[in-house]
Amino acid sequence: MRIKCPYCGERDLGEFTYLGAANLKRPDPAAAGAEDAFFDYVYIRDNPAGPLAELWYHGGGCRSWLRVLRDTRNHEIESVELAKPEAGKP
Amino acid sequence: MHYSALSLLKNGLTGNRGWTQAWHKAEPKPSYDVILIGGGHGLATAYYLAQQHGITNVAVLEKSYLGSGNIGRNTTIIRSNYLLPGNTAFYERAMKLWEGLAQELNFNTMVSQRGILNVFHSDPQRNAYVRRGNAMRLAGVDAELLTRDQVREHLPFADFDNARFPIRGALMQPRGGTVRHDAVAWGYARAADDRGVDIVENCEVTGFRIEGGRVKGVETNRGFIGAPKVGLAVAGSTSRVAALAGLRLPLETHVLQAFVTEGIKPLVDHVVTFGAGHFYVSQSDKGGLVFGGDPDGYNSYAQRGNLPVVEDVAEGGLALFPSLSRLRVLRSWGGLLDMSMDGSPILDKTDIAGLYLNCGWCYGGFKATPASGESFAHLIAKDEPSDLIRPFRLDRYRRGAMLDEKGMGAQANLH
Repeated sequence: MRIKCPYCGERDLGEFTYLGAANLKRPDPAAAGAEDAFFDYVYIRDNPAGPLAELWYHGGGCRSWLRVLRDTRNHEIESVELAKPEAGKP
Repeated sequence: MHYSALSLLKNGLTGNRGWTQAWHKAEPKPSYDVILIGGGHGLATAYYLAQQHGITNVAVLEKSYLGSGNIGRNTTIIRSNYLLPGNTAFYERAMKLWEGLAQELNFNTMVSQRGILNVFHSDPQRNAYVRRGNAMRLAGVDAELLTRDQVREHLPFADFDNARFPIRGALMQPRGGTVRHDAVAWGYARAADDRGVDIVENCEVTGFRIEGGRVKGVETNRGFIGAPKVGLAVAGSTSRVAALAGLRLPLETHVLQAFVTEGIKPLVDHVVTFGAGHFYVSQSDKGGLVFGGDPDGYNSYAQRGNLPVVEDVAEGGLALFPSLSRLRVLRSWGGLLDMSMDGSPILDKTDIAGLYLNCGWCYGGFKATPASGESFAHLIAKDEPSDLIRPFRLDRYRRGAMLDEKGMGAQANLH
């Protein structure tokens, strides 16, 4: 498995660190039902067998956070993009 | 048929023609009292349901052939060297059951209590291991702290003067060891089959029938099978199967690799773990070194890993035993892990009446097999958890009553 970093090109997996699913959003602690929302956010995972959007950190390269769409059944990577859009670009 | 020295002699003298099949290939009946999904812990559960609770109208559904899943993919190590109350008692129960298992099942499971040595390399690590050893001894588990010279007697070929990670000593659990994992699957299957349990291979669950919040049975690739109680023991695939019943769980599926070298003469007499990285090794009776390290660290259902972890494991191994460098690796493979959010298993009822959960074993499910089966059987038969598994309840995450042996928090790939 190699990841094609938007800055650095295709690089070895050993340069990257895994965080987990990219769809997790920290809930608003002031909102109603925040306790349940935080429980879901911290502990509950979809854990799909199939395409999963996830966050990887390119610590051995450009130190960008990447959003990688990868199939957990065969490790095939469909797309890689910067987790945060670049300044000045849409 | 009962296995004994006499039956061995008799069949040996008559050309081994008298052996009968160890368990029969069952066709699924329309309904059972209990269905267990998964031919690993499920087999042990079926055995204890029959043996301890007299419930024999039971089916174990295995999606492939028996022993094809995690029960045949682990590195066969048994130990109960845990720190936290809850874990210690549970894994020690498993150890006690391992010790009598071959007699109980009348099957040679090759339980070998060769001792496990956790080598340490620094003073702080020594302190941590002393604390762990003391916790174990307080809980009635055997533990010994070995000095550097004592370790040298056990492992004369280890690199004691490694510049970065010199060996300072080890924590040893003499009763730890290995068990032949296939024999565990076969032994439980045979003993359960003897007591009337149906073991249905190549039977994959594709859905649950749930009416009025109560489970009625399971849909499979071989048709509907009814049962008022269904136990789910499919670690690695739990999220996927539980989703069929609408459950969302605190689990991620990860992959862990394992390796076997070519066979050599006896070298490693114990199970040994490296303290400065993650590497563990034991030697099989065939002579191959069986070893592994950390999980790959990303979600995967692929049953195979990647090269960075292979490199990491090899580096750890060579830092401990430089002489391994010339050994050739024969095989490597991957198994799927249910990584739970605190690194401990989940054994509990669910919100759906009659549906029971046995999951979240992380990379430590094999050593737990007998206690898991016994406790799960109790849970299913009595509809309430035994004291032994109360720490493993599903709602502990919401209650904040985590059982976090490694102290890593809710980050599955760090446990």
